[in-house]
Amino acid sequence: MIAGWLQGIGHWVFNRFSRVGRGSLFLLQCLLSLSYMVKRPLLLVRQLYYVGVQTLLIILVAGLFVGMVLALQAYIVLVDFGAEESISLMVSLSILRELGPVFTGLLFAGRAGSALTAEIGLMKSTEQLSGMEMMAVNPMKYIIAPRFLAGFISVPLLTAIFMAVAIFGGFVVATEMLGLYEGVYWSQMQAKVDFYEDLMNGMIKSLVFGFVVVWIAVFEGYDCVPTSEGLGQATTRTVVHGSLAVLGLDFILTALMFSV
Amino acid sequence: MLRKIDISTELSDVIIKIRGLSFSRGERKIFDNIDMDIERGKVTAIMGPSGTGKTTLLKLIGGQLKPDSGTIHVDGENVHQLSQSALYDLRQRTMGMLFQSGALLTDLTVFENVAFPLREHTSLPESAIHHLVLLKLEVVGLRGARYLMPAELSGGMARRVALARAIALDPEMIMFDEPFTGQDPISMGVLVKLIHDMNHALGMTSVVVSHDVDETASISDYIYVLSQGRVVEHGTPGNIKDSDSTWVQQFMGGLADGPVPFHFTARPLMEDMLEDGLRKKGARR
Repeated sequence: MIAGWLQGIGHWVFNRFSRVGRGSLFLLQCLLSLSYMVKRPLLLVRQLYYVGVQTLLIILVAGLFVGMVLALQAYIVLVDFGAEESISLMVSLSILRELGPVFTGLLFAGRAGSALTAEIGLMKSTEQLSGMEMMAVNPMKYIIAPRFLAGFISVPLLTAIFMAVAIFGGFVVATEMLGLYEGVYWSQMQAKVDFYEDLMNGMIKSLVFGFVVVWIAVFEGYDCVPTSEGLGQATTRTVVHGSLAVLGLDFILTALMFSV
Repeated sequence: MLRKIDISTELSDVIIKIRGLSFSRGERKIFDNIDMDIERGKVTAIMGPSGTGKTTLLKLIGGQLKPDSGTIHVDGENVHQLSQSALYDLRQRTMGMLFQSGALLTDLTVFENVAFPLREHTSLPESAIHHLVLLKLEVVGLRGARYLMPAELSGGMARRVALARAIALDPEMIMFDEPFTGQDPISMGVLVKLIHDMNHALGMTSVVVSHDVDETASISDYIYVLSQGRVVEHGTPGNIKDSDSTWVQQFMGGLADGPVPFHFTARPLMEDMLEDGLRKKGARR
């Protein structure tokens, strides 16, 4: 009974470690294959469209609403202290430091990450990856590398767009709904938001999130069990692990960047 | 009773030489010390019931899987000792493979699928690629379907496109993974003719993995019959048909009962019925 239990744990731990090992080797091979993009830039451009541009709409809509909600909530709290002029500060700091990169990371994992896993997994189950190998074309270079790089480039750009739209959403609510002066909104932000401390740290976060989420997405697709069930599980894992990784890493990065 | 057959006589011009090959998946032994020679310029069939690892054998030859022990030489090179670039080089030069599903790239048209290996491995100008692709599609009779997407093709057509793609770089050898499975009689006839013609006209070595006995035997020069991880018989189609092994006779003749029993191992029917009846009674109480 206990032996069986221990065996189960051992088996589980062994599987986890071998998966981490496979994932790391996969990443290494992927990074080594990136130079192929110099030879075939069109592959990258195509993926930038699928991975980046097609995620744009969800980012715009989400960003707008997050900014608007933040402005409303900020007003409700700040008006009691007569500090409603600081709405823009609350909106912009929370967006730039935390919500921009985190929301974009989560949305990217859900929208583009799951699509990447499903696409690569389906290629695996229909033997397209195998077929490519037999045609002496390395799928790592042709399939994985362009998708990885496209994701890595897209996430910071999408984050920047999310930030801009969210701040604009806050501006619309603050000025049109709550009657704040436009000049007050922008000048507070200008005075208190630091380019390096706030914006750059947020962008560094987005780089890390993009790297991790897209790594998880392409690896899950490449490593999935090539059946419909395995594919479903891999897609779910991409979204769950990707999202949890974003949230966990956000805490670590925040602790490193902003702790006194 | 399955018996192991040793290949003692070396065939004249061997393109694939397999010696002492063993391979297992988890606990299950797929191949147990098998030897095989595949001659250049001939059609060699590898037959056996489903699940005997025929596809696995092709993946081992192509270097996509590593054996537990034993060696596979293709064109004189030990496949599993090559570096990745040398292996890719060997594949490009020597091997083409036709997958059961066709394995066409679903986001490219038929034309682009056939052009794919040419674009990747040659620096031919666009006009030359265009002509070559048309010629290859002409061979399989699908020149008119060049603008279709793979999703618009029937199973047989997809396999023919995949065949055109496999011969795009004029490899010395093509491995066919179950080319006839799930095909209607006409598509099957077309594929049989194509494999036969390509072997005769271009002198291409063909390795056909299949369990469609009649079709495969009709075009092959030499047959290996696999079962339970061993080579149970090998020889020309005539030799195989006259084999004195009852197992081979059952397989080639498609007989329902024989050394491979019709029934999965079980207790006598009466015992099972009585026990199930008692169990139901108990449940009702």
